[in-house]
Amino acid sequence: MATHDTAAALAARLDKTHAASPGQTIGPFFAFGLNYPKMHEVAFPHSDGAIVLGGTVYDGAGHPIPDACVEIWGADSDGTIPRGRGSRRRDDHTFTGFGRSHTNDEGHFEFWTRNPGSVDGEAPFFAAVVFARGLPDKLHTRIYLPEDAERLAADPLLSSLDEGERATLVATREPDGSLHFDIRLQGEHETVFLTY
Amino acid sequence: MTVVDSDPQGAEAFSSSVVLEQTAAAPETLLASHDMPEQSQITREIADLHADAERRVAAGERLPATLYDFAPYRSSILRHPTKNPRLVDPETIELWSPAYGQRDVALIESDLTLQHTGEPQGERITIEGRLLDSWGRPLSNQLVEIWQANAAGRYIHQRDQHPAPLDPNFTGAGRIVTNDDGHWKFTTIKPGPYPWKNHVNAWRPAHIHFSIFGAAFTQRIITQVYFPGDPLFALDPIYNTIRSQKDRDRLIAAYDHDLTVPEFSMGYRWDIVVDGPDATWFEPEGSEA
Repeated sequence: MATHDTAAALAARLDKTHAASPGQTIGPFFAFGLNYPKMHEVAFPHSDGAIVLGGTVYDGAGHPIPDACVEIWGADSDGTIPRGRGSRRRDDHTFTGFGRSHTNDEGHFEFWTRNPGSVDGEAPFFAAVVFARGLPDKLHTRIYLPEDAERLAADPLLSSLDEGERATLVATREPDGSLHFDIRLQGEHETVFLTY
Repeated sequence: MTVVDSDPQGAEAFSSSVVLEQTAAAPETLLASHDMPEQSQITREIADLHADAERRVAAGERLPATLYDFAPYRSSILRHPTKNPRLVDPETIELWSPAYGQRDVALIESDLTLQHTGEPQGERITIEGRLLDSWGRPLSNQLVEIWQANAAGRYIHQRDQHPAPLDPNFTGAGRIVTNDDGHWKFTTIKPGPYPWKNHVNAWRPAHIHFSIFGAAFTQRIITQVYFPGDPLFALDPIYNTIRSQKDRDRLIAAYDHDLTVPEFSMGYRWDIVVDGPDATWFEPEGSEA
């Protein structure tokens, strides 16, 4: 589906009838509205293949942001797109692929999840979206797994970036198997954000 | 160090600027500043930036509906990207969205007036509409979450220190999954305007926050709906991060008398449209610089 569209589909895309609703900041007081139990447990923590994915959201001065919300959406380890329901009401065994983590007072977010597998032979990544007070609209990005150098090198997005930009999109693997990924909204090592 | 967490009343954070510097940046309500600009200055900045955006668009530049680089929204200064987002072809996972269904929410969760034993204070409203994509197609089985202040403009959040009454019978959070026609509906209380310390005498127009999933993860948005005729629109930097009037108008619900519930509530209609992904279909991958 990442390939280019047919002529008919292209024509359909040109034929938009409705203008999109613009985004707005999540504001400072979202926690009571968006919290739910086990929202960061994409995978049950004690299940086979469960890993931690975590990091910190930083502002342009390098300070952690305590009122941000990070969401991830990814394929299962075998590359299948999860279609199980229950992301909002976990049953502790269905892998739904979606998780949400509000940053804590140290700006830290954390998920229990699984390593996504390759979909259609592409480099595996989590799709991620960031919201925060002071951020006028959502920001999309990708969290690539650091392994499989060949697929990473072939990735159209990563290969279009310089080394520094590319580093902002690839997670670091810790010795215990967990993944570390910091998000910098602004500044020298600003995360590469995406539009589609 | 985490002063805010150990001090839910926020008193310590107010006590000295040294504490503020040691603490991670706090929400607006804790950021009383000595040099807050006047509303007239903010209003002028908003007008100038809108005029500048219009000039750039007229010169052929493609700007997003929401401006990231919008200084009148003071909290955004260190929190928005300085580079343009990369235009990418969505990969398969980005063209799907998490699956939701009735297992995820209970029917009663869309009525915010029934969450406590007593009646909440304020003007009861029903607000409903459809979730559509930019071709007008309804998006079914998508999660819509809302949160809001009470009728007095107070959030049930420990960091909200606005000295307006909390309503023991109103939490202000609800959710629903859209039906086959993309339809959603909430019963709630009309929120009050809300003061924040962006500038002198800064008040947010009454609004409800909406969190919306689309058929593709690229369509995920969080936004705010406003109410018609609010005198605060022109004064508010957050509402005005949206650069064009017609887009700002899209976030204002319409009063619809047919949606009033007799002897019970006022009625508002608001359709939500999620976009894309379509941007890359006009140019080959990698051509974007």
